[in-house]
Amino acid sequence: LAPWIPVVGLEIHAQISSNSKLFSGSQVQFAAPPNSLVSFFDASLPGTLPVLNRRCVEAAVMTGLALNCSINKKSLFDRKHYFYADLPAGYQITQQRVPIAVNGSLSYSLCIDNKMSQMVTKTVRIKQIQLEQDSGKSLHDDSRCQTLVDLNRAGVGLMEVVMEPDMCCGEEAAAAVRELQLILQTLGSSQAVMAEGQLRVDANVSVHHPGEPYGVRTEVKNINSIRFLAKAVDYEIQRQIEELENGGTILNETRAFDSKLGCTVPMRDKEGKQDYRFMPEPNLPPLILYDAKSLPANMNHQQVINIDWIHERLPDLPSVKREKLVEQYGILPEHSFTLLNEDGLAEFFESVVKQTQMKPKRVIGWILNDVLSYLKQHSLTVKESPVSSFVLADLLNLLEKKEISSTAAKQVLAELWKGEGKTPLDIVKEQKLELLQDQKELEQICQAVIDGHENEVIMMVLG
Amino acid sequence: AALNDGLRSQVSAALKEGRVTPTELCQRCLALIKSTKFLNAYITVAEETALKQAEESEKRYKRGQPLGILDGIPIAVKDNFNTAGIETTCASNMLKGYISPYNATVVQKLLDHGAVLLGKTNLDEFAMGSGSTDGVFGPVRNPWSYSKQYKEKSVPRSHSEDEESNWVITGGSSGGSAAAVSSFTCFAALGSDTGGSTRNPAAHCGVVGLKPTYGLISRHGLIPLVNSMDVPGILTRCVDDAAVLLGSLAGHDPKDSTTIQDEFKPFELPNLTDVSKLSIGIPKEYHAPGLSSEIVALWSKAADLFKNAGAKVVEVSLPHTRYSIVCYHVLCTAEVASNMARFDGLEYGHRSDMKDSTESMYAATRREGFNDVVRGRILSGNYFLLKQNYEKYFVKAQKVRRLIANDFVKVFRSGVDVLLTPTTLSDAAPYMEFIQEDNRTRSAQDDILTQAANMAGLPAISVPTALSERGLPVGLQFIGRSFQEKQLLTVAKWFEKQVQFPVIQLEEVKRHDNGVFQHQKSASFS
Repeated sequence: LAPWIPVVGLEIHAQISSNSKLFSGSQVQFAAPPNSLVSFFDASLPGTLPVLNRRCVEAAVMTGLALNCSINKKSLFDRKHYFYADLPAGYQITQQRVPIAVNGSLSYSLCIDNKMSQMVTKTVRIKQIQLEQDSGKSLHDDSRCQTLVDLNRAGVGLMEVVMEPDMCCGEEAAAAVRELQLILQTLGSSQAVMAEGQLRVDANVSVHHPGEPYGVRTEVKNINSIRFLAKAVDYEIQRQIEELENGGTILNETRAFDSKLGCTVPMRDKEGKQDYRFMPEPNLPPLILYDAKSLPANMNHQQVINIDWIHERLPDLPSVKREKLVEQYGILPEHSFTLLNEDGLAEFFESVVKQTQMKPKRVIGWILNDVLSYLKQHSLTVKESPVSSFVLADLLNLLEKKEISSTAAKQVLAELWKGEGKTPLDIVKEQKLELLQDQKELEQICQAVIDGHENEVIMMVLG
Repeated sequence: AALNDGLRSQVSAALKEGRVTPTELCQRCLALIKSTKFLNAYITVAEETALKQAEESEKRYKRGQPLGILDGIPIAVKDNFNTAGIETTCASNMLKGYISPYNATVVQKLLDHGAVLLGKTNLDEFAMGSGSTDGVFGPVRNPWSYSKQYKEKSVPRSHSEDEESNWVITGGSSGGSAAAVSSFTCFAALGSDTGGSTRNPAAHCGVVGLKPTYGLISRHGLIPLVNSMDVPGILTRCVDDAAVLLGSLAGHDPKDSTTIQDEFKPFELPNLTDVSKLSIGIPKEYHAPGLSSEIVALWSKAADLFKNAGAKVVEVSLPHTRYSIVCYHVLCTAEVASNMARFDGLEYGHRSDMKDSTESMYAATRREGFNDVVRGRILSGNYFLLKQNYEKYFVKAQKVRRLIANDFVKVFRSGVDVLLTPTTLSDAAPYMEFIQEDNRTRSAQDDILTQAANMAGLPAISVPTALSERGLPVGLQFIGRSFQEKQLLTVAKWFEKQVQFPVIQLEEVKRHDNGVFQHQKSASFS
């Protein structure tokens, strides 16, 4: 059988982290009472007009720069029309013709094997980033034959990030999204928490034989976590391969991922292709962005966005942070990935290193093996850790000064997790874990043991 | 004060000096509204709130602290502007009973200046039409139908014919506002203008109709027809009053991203005496098919008036004029289809009882809520926006629009200050005749002289010029350069003074105001 090449592209919607919505002043807040964050514009009251939120534009520019995109100095807004209960105006304002950023790239890393011992770097092209409105939420109450509509989310700003089909499996898709998530969180442009709907991923999957054109692709939706993303993509690849090998065809359809069953199923709602009747949004002039060169001298600074100014103020991206950690502390690249992957862990590590004489290369083992595994076991975040960096540093100092053994240190740590407020020294004293440093005393103890076990000694001397 | 006095020159002084009070003005207007009810100019009369506003205004005048010229002045507003607490219907079943929670910016500005909001005026449904005949509250009747001037010229009829059936339309779609101003039930009214909807009824009703430059006055709160062409329109009895209204309404609105940022400085109109430095352009393409010989003659006379006074009058060409109807039709219906998508019965307005599914509820709501005209335009517009048609129609029309706008740029660049054209093809048609053709046909015919200004975003004003042979008003239009309203209105004011358009002689008005006919002048221009 000829080999199959799976092709995976992603459409990611990241909710912009801002106080108010993309085109109106109502608040952005998760889990507020239904329809409590709805302005006249959000409710599509006749006569209301969109007013662009500056913060949202800045977030998109930051994200575009972080993803190596060209920022379009002039971008346009369009209306995308369709009828749905969660779309009050009957159209979504988006950027179909000329989006705010194009032609970027995202680098991400994968482990070759399962042991995190060898990492390989891959790149996925970013086709574009566009600003658009989020829709409201509708809940279908079939028992009462009604639909409940909550418009709190209607109009919240989204960045749609389109990743080209450069990925080949669930693992790559997951890694790429994870890296994007970290970047967004570092920038602050989106909190990107999938569980809160701040990051939504749709996967486009197809398979083909080498040398042949790309196969028909399906779109997979309803993916609620990065773990499920990998599962959904891999399942769909497998499904398509099996279908084709059995002589079937792939439909260009939208499928939903069922996390309980671990498979994708066709989605009911789509009947035929939608014509969105795109039209320029007449109430919003073209969005003009400036850089240091093009910025007119007498412009009101409140009214303009300077791309270079934003570029200068970008924080260190995850990839840079990792490089710095590796360089500064001599840890392995894999270690730097784990440190950044866990919210607050890198800061915790650096804090410990500052407070202890133990070499970072040794500290990292404690962080990754002992601290992290405990936190994971008990579903705690770094912030919630009962053992602070100060306390851990204290313990490691005892170890470093050889006042306790490595085994003893692990015992003390186990006790520290109880969070009873005792210091490592307190526990060492309590459990009499001090290492004897006195040579004479040690000799006496050893002699006593040997004296007390004459027969065993003779056996050992005889071989 | 008489009901036809200029705001700045007479009414304001009278109010300040206490010769008349805001309450008296308000009551007089309300009474006149009642006695002219047969005109059907008003959809909603906000009597209680108006009297309260008048009362507040009166207090301010007594303290010697009026808010300005508009303080205490009764105003009417077309029913497609949002007014908080007062029904806004757009003359449609879709919004019957709809009470908006906010004021349109222009409404708020009027209220902030102390104006008294008498009520909401009638229109074609959702401002689609050129007759003010296609709203759910019925057609608006032109006050001139009942004027002495019109009745005198009417062919004597047999007893069997009802006088009622001979009434003429106001034009549209801001017919209610035009009729309200024309019949003295208010001092000024807001209309809207997308293809001529303020200027057309102004011409037919013998009042001044100003379409400002696009981007000068905020559209926030104006229920849109075509977002890229709509402007709030101003209807008054004299050009000076239009300048007063403009002064209180123009300026940047952060809520409307299409308003210009530049600061607007309200102005007073000078009394122009020397027109020798003026260059008037006569676009030859505006000699449109169907233009009545009467109006051609009037137009020619007006050009001569300028020439004899020393102005330079030149024939100019706007070569793409003949494509404007088709171009307008494509762009207008496309935006209409989009703008009307929000009317689904879910959040506000009419909701059908159909419950089978969301789709069926939407479909039934929209069928029940919209009239045929609206639905026809939605269907056309959606057709033009289909992926396979978009380039052919919408994009093509945008390109033609650019050409039309460039025609004006070229002409103004060649030294012409202001263009002079007719506003309408003829005087107002009798209602029975008007409804013989459908809305689409009528709109296509009637918009020809006015819509290019909307396509190009230019300011334009219709000034009542003379009475036709039938005793009905005819107006002529001036089109100016972008944001040069001061120049445009100055020229219009000069022209107004020259033509001395006669005051309407209405029984009802006569009864309510003894002063009206003191200033009556015979028609000197026709």
